[in-house]
Amino acid sequence: MTPALPRWADLVLIPGLNLALAFLVAGLVVVFIGEDPIRAVRILIQGSLGSSYGIGFTLFYATTFVFTGLAVAIAFHASLFNIGGEGQAALGGVGATLVCLAVPWPHWALALPFAILGAGLLGGAWAFIPGYLQAKRGSHIVITTIMFNFIASALVVYLLNNVLKAPGMSLETRKFGEGTYLPFMHEMLGAIGIEMSRTPMNLTSILALAAAFLTWLLIWRTRLGYEIRAFGHSEPAAVYAGIDPVRITILVMVMSGAMAGLMALNVVMGYQHRLVLDFVGGAGFVGIAVALMGRSHPVGVILASILFGILYQGGAELAFEMPAITRDMIVVIQALVILFTGALENLVRLPVERVFARRARG
Amino acid sequence: MTLAKTLVAAATLVAATTAAQAQDANPAVIFDRGGKFDKSFNQASYEGAERFKTETGIGYAEFEIQQDAQREQALRRFAERGHNPVVVAGFSNETAMQTVAQEFPETQFAIIDAVVDQPNVRSVIFNEHEGSYLVGVLAAMASKSGKVGFVGGMDIPLIQKFACGYVQGVKATDPDAEVFQNMTGNTPEAWNDQARGAEITRSQIDRGADVVYHAAGGTGIGVLQAAADAGVYGIGVDSNQNYLHPGHVLTSMLKRVDNAVYDALADSNNGEWTSGVYVMGLKEDGVGWALDENNAALITDEMKAAAETAREKIISGEIKVHDYTTDGSCPVS
Repeated sequence: MTPALPRWADLVLIPGLNLALAFLVAGLVVVFIGEDPIRAVRILIQGSLGSSYGIGFTLFYATTFVFTGLAVAIAFHASLFNIGGEGQAALGGVGATLVCLAVPWPHWALALPFAILGAGLLGGAWAFIPGYLQAKRGSHIVITTIMFNFIASALVVYLLNNVLKAPGMSLETRKFGEGTYLPFMHEMLGAIGIEMSRTPMNLTSILALAAAFLTWLLIWRTRLGYEIRAFGHSEPAAVYAGIDPVRITILVMVMSGAMAGLMALNVVMGYQHRLVLDFVGGAGFVGIAVALMGRSHPVGVILASILFGILYQGGAELAFEMPAITRDMIVVIQALVILFTGALENLVRLPVERVFARRARG
Repeated sequence: MTLAKTLVAAATLVAATTAAQAQDANPAVIFDRGGKFDKSFNQASYEGAERFKTETGIGYAEFEIQQDAQREQALRRFAERGHNPVVVAGFSNETAMQTVAQEFPETQFAIIDAVVDQPNVRSVIFNEHEGSYLVGVLAAMASKSGKVGFVGGMDIPLIQKFACGYVQGVKATDPDAEVFQNMTGNTPEAWNDQARGAEITRSQIDRGADVVYHAAGGTGIGVLQAAADAGVYGIGVDSNQNYLHPGHVLTSMLKRVDNAVYDALADSNNGEWTSGVYVMGLKEDGVGWALDENNAALITDEMKAAAETAREKIISGEIKVHDYTTDGSCPVS
């Protein structure tokens, strides 16, 4: 059996080492194209954390990833690999949009609960079908969820082309009424006297924290959460203990899809104020990396989301400041981080475990 | 990080920005998500900017959009730094431009493929339906089977505009002709899926099409390849793609995005900047069809004359080509 690692090593040391390795290799790539890696790192950090402007953008991206990351994490606990976050988020966007457009809302506080419901419902419904097929028919969830991403994409294109389209060239809905705009962070902080640059960061960031807390509560403090974890560890044992696998699979998938759908609050209701084609923009897939890196723990998911927020915002700054670093280079850097923190995790884990084992033996 | 630290850092950033502003006032070009080497729309605007650079020796700042949230960010960033003019290609930037142009009334902005009604914005749109009508005329005349094809990228109004103009040109020339229309996909990958483009083209050829027109960005490379392999004709789009398969590309529908970008940069540089809406149709040579040594043998005098007559009639208003985007529907199919 694998020797046990101290908790701090598992949670801090290994991700830290992975990250360091990723940046080392990324740095080599930067050197290879003839740029100064130290300057690149400085721009990356300065651009994402060095000003209230950078922080706002970083946390805006991070908020999106918290939702899609939690979605994947919840499913992971039941040993289900939900890679359909992209499609579930797109459907969540449709749900939020329908709510926002259906009624001339007088105030966002009234619209918000219904938008949460709309986004969660459609996102959850989109995950229900693969969940049902897995539970009842044994169709593998990885296959069905990824196929549902394409169906979702086609559905959204159809809706934007034929049902919800605003006049003009763009594939987007008309703008929502002002009564649905979630307050921006710079507005909220401005009201209590704190200056912040204008960024897309909005109220949803606080909702994301609440969602993370509720996820923790669900997984570790409720009976259902216990059943989910038991089912995830061993299905036969769970069944033996009287846990209904069909019920757990479907429930987990619906919750996971609803969580992915809530991502739309941040982008659609909080920032764009209309449904734009392809507003998800890969966030569903980033969620997988976030959940892997965060070890499916809500706190880990938040930290990993912030890291990816830094990579997104800092990456944009890098493209502005160093023209030699194209956006494809930034994708390479992001990919290296995913590779080292997700796929190559054992590269670091095994040697570290050996070191600790030797220590333990004295 | 404490708030004080944040504010200090922000102040430093502002100071740095102002310093950069003092040094140089130069143009900036923003490319859309396809990237500047998409062999299509963005590349055309890249070529326009490069032409300006070679002719004047003035470089330009650039940015390629990756996330939707970056649209406003990029525009604002370039305007803040004193870049002038700021040129952006792509209809998706409409809303961002609307917001940012108001914040920087002194900056000259240009947007291609969308109309933004602000006093400091130059909006350039193209009459793609007119150019597509002409290649439709040529396609109908070149076809022996009376069946022609159209392969679009994604099902968006802009591409329907191409398709609708094309069908009108075909039907005006040969009312009995059949037009097969297919879109490549529903995700942005549809702009860059050569294998799928080739597959759709082969299926259209199997159904009898012997001329296939594409408006599908990078996917079109596969369309033209499949047409050439099957010994029938393809029609290129945006840039002149006749050279890709000499003798097998009937012609290309030209959309001079490069000229629009070049003009915006040059006009600003020469102090001749004007704002407002520019419609680039056949009359303005904003769209057209390509004739060069690669396809000279394919275009008979009769075809040339027919296309020329149609061109003149469209310019004079005698032929009205329906624009799909005005009402979201096409009278013929």
